[in-house]
Amino acid sequence: MNKSLNRRSFIKSSALVGGGMMVNFSFFTSCNSQNDDSHVKWNTLNGYLKIASNGQVTIMSPNPEGGQNVKTSMPMIVAEELDVDWKDVIVEQAPLDTELYQRQFIGGSNAIRYGWDGLRRAGAVARHLLREAAALTWDVPIEEIKTEKGKLYHNKSSKSIGYGDLASKAAELTMPSDIEFKSSEQYHIIGTSRKNVDSKKIVTGQALYGIDIYEQGMLTAMIIHPPAFGLKLKSFDAGAALKLPGITDVFSIKVLNDDFLRLHFDTCSFLEVVAVIGESTWQVMNAKKEVEVEWTPFDTYSEERQFWGRDPQTLNIPAGLESSTDHFVDMRAASKQMNKEVRKDGIPNTAFAKAKKIIERTYTGPHLAHNCMEPMNFFADVKEHKAVLNGPLQKAEFTQKAIANRLGIPLEKVEINMTRLGGGYGRRSYSHWAVEAAVISQKVNAPIKLVYTREDDMTGGIYRPAYMATYKAAINDEDDLHAIHINAGGTNESPLYANRFPAGAIDNYLAESWTIDSNISIGSFRAPRSNFIACAEQCFLDEIAEELGKDPIDFRLALLDRAARNPIGEKNDYNPNRLAGVLKLVRNKSNWNQPRSAIYRGVAAYYCHNSYSAQVVEVSIEDGHPVIENVYCAVDCGILINPDAAKNLAEGAIIDGIGNALFGQLSFVEGIPQQQNFHQYRMIRMKDAPKNIEVFFVENNIDPTGLGEPTFPPAFGALANALYQATGKRLYDQPFSMNGYI
Amino acid sequence: MATIELSINGQQKEIDVDPNTPLLWVLRDHLDLVGTKYGCGIAQCGACTVHVDGVAMRSCSMPVQGLAGKKITTIEGLSDNGDHPVQQAWIAHDVPQCGYCQAGQIMSAAALLKKNANPSDQDIDTAMNGNICRCGTYTRIKAAIKTAAKNS
Repeated sequence: MNKSLNRRSFIKSSALVGGGMMVNFSFFTSCNSQNDDSHVKWNTLNGYLKIASNGQVTIMSPNPEGGQNVKTSMPMIVAEELDVDWKDVIVEQAPLDTELYQRQFIGGSNAIRYGWDGLRRAGAVARHLLREAAALTWDVPIEEIKTEKGKLYHNKSSKSIGYGDLASKAAELTMPSDIEFKSSEQYHIIGTSRKNVDSKKIVTGQALYGIDIYEQGMLTAMIIHPPAFGLKLKSFDAGAALKLPGITDVFSIKVLNDDFLRLHFDTCSFLEVVAVIGESTWQVMNAKKEVEVEWTPFDTYSEERQFWGRDPQTLNIPAGLESSTDHFVDMRAASKQMNKEVRKDGIPNTAFAKAKKIIERTYTGPHLAHNCMEPMNFFADVKEHKAVLNGPLQKAEFTQKAIANRLGIPLEKVEINMTRLGGGYGRRSYSHWAVEAAVISQKVNAPIKLVYTREDDMTGGIYRPAYMATYKAAINDEDDLHAIHINAGGTNESPLYANRFPAGAIDNYLAESWTIDSNISIGSFRAPRSNFIACAEQCFLDEIAEELGKDPIDFRLALLDRAARNPIGEKNDYNPNRLAGVLKLVRNKSNWNQPRSAIYRGVAAYYCHNSYSAQVVEVSIEDGHPVIENVYCAVDCGILINPDAAKNLAEGAIIDGIGNALFGQLSFVEGIPQQQNFHQYRMIRMKDAPKNIEVFFVENNIDPTGLGEPTFPPAFGALANALYQATGKRLYDQPFSMNGYI
Repeated sequence: MATIELSINGQQKEIDVDPNTPLLWVLRDHLDLVGTKYGCGIAQCGACTVHVDGVAMRSCSMPVQGLAGKKITTIEGLSDNGDHPVQQAWIAHDVPQCGYCQAGQIMSAAALLKKNANPSDQDIDTAMNGNICRCGTYTRIKAAIKTAAKNS
């Protein structure tokens, strides 16, 4: 495959001091998305690889690592095209540098997808330059120079030399005008399982997270935020706390200024908090309890927000102490009154009027807390003209802007170093705690580490919204699914994806959306919106298939066949053949057509973040309780980079999906989160997890797409459909453990 | 404040702290042993698991004053070179994702295998019930424990 290098500014080489070669390149050039991040332009060099004179290859990893394993899989792509031995590669974590790099993000399952082209190009260009250097050295045509595992060979003359020996010379050569990538049959790294580059550090306790930062002279800070959404700080008395040993300061801070220009990820639940500062964590933790704080209800206010790639919006933050039970009452009312038509195909009204039968079901999902195992924390050392901040972040570039904005210092004076993340799942896309750390450090004029207790974290806001969706189907006289009406909304956000399956497969289709205002802050949560709507959709289709007496997989395949052959509408955002492909693969791998006695099965399939996944969950009943025996998962994410790591990510997403479907719930009474730590917020544990998970990948040569999110949403629906087969009860309300599942 | 003597990873340590301070914060704030993690502070998540006289305990809820004379092992002291059978099995199964909970998982697993060399699935479920993995690596953890049991 030839790739033109006409965008030559995307790559350049230079000699390393002391010998060797450095290739600067653009990590993210595969930005061919039509529908999501197309407003983002990648146009600078944002990565590098180095070949030292001893042959060692260093690949800089610009993105933070939060468990998605990009620190291993992205360098694998470079190493493949460079044609080096994987054991000679070391990976370095880059600091945030918006001059050099772009898209130093975790989010949207996009790292591999956007990295694919640039990473291959970097490896291939470096290899080409090395071959050219060998050809010049030996005075032979470049076509006769072969490479293997970091060495150059000229077979006719039996000459060979290591990359390191020619790296300095290669660095002086002119960049090639076009470059050839390997074909997939030539791969010896891509598509082979490679261990996590940090696993030795992790299993020995040497891997460092933000919370592990201990700098000389550093103080520990904690915050006290309102105990309920809808309250703000009125006053506090720190007299008793300040008398405790080790406590140096107690004061209140404004997290954001009144005129703070909020960007996409500047969600902040509590605008003013009390900060407690001291010498050690335990001292500060105890002192927090001794601060007497008075809170008072706030009045309704609004926030201007510059959303990423969208027009500025005004958010209404209503006054009041909200309860989850009221949310669902309000959502039910809103679903009947505030509908905004998002898509309409055919004439749904007529189809429903003429229907032989109408099936209508309503699904709900509660607020969810991310509950990253590493609670929110950040290190800050803010001096008069320079701020250094270190810690775990998903979107450091936005955090840097927020901190510069809040402290009133130029962007280039804010240095951010990214540590490993003890989980993200969307929570660390937001960074009010980093802003809090910066403000506290500025105020005490010392380096501090802000640490949230688990309770501060779980009650701190930025949750998966509470959602509701009503699906309605019209069955006509021919016993066909003739119309579908989806009406979906939630607290501050609707989960609807109007152009996603089954849109495109239904003659008469209506999708409506609404939201209700809430002062309980929301944010991205692994596979945003999909993490709810996939379950509603897949449970509803399951029920329709049963109503029509059809096998649930055959039923879906027939709809997908229709969407492929003769699609309704032009905006459908999925490829029906690829969605059908994962369904067929999971049907095959789960032996779907050979039911076993006392094993109850459910299926779900979903497309999101540019990848496809179908899952079959198998449940048995032991002593009257459902036990998850097996999960079969089929994935189409294009070319697979690191198969075992990809399986691990899918297994984890399935367990996460099952855990949230069964147990996940953050509920509110009068604004107060009712779950504040893990004795109240039930997390999935080993005994609840499936006994066995098998993951299969569709083999194709399509450029790779995302994996962190796409296998998460189908788990909810496949589980619900299996539990129905096992218990005879349809599950409409999450978490299932509280709503019908024994 | 009180002076307390602790035996940690085979070394005698003397520290001057409030005797009610949980072992977790002594390890992290005072002894520079940050491999033991804070997750919940109420012995519900297992991220802070260490061995006290060979038994898996939650260090976040264990005041140091009761620990004089006991042998404490943290993840840093589980093996000299990261070659404890449990650690090796964790690498062989490529268990970690974010990795934050894994030190605690490994300490729970190592303590289990010490008293039960050949645990059943149910033994493993019971012993590991106190350790949450938010990334959902449970099936790999279980497989790694079985591998470690074979190789111990």
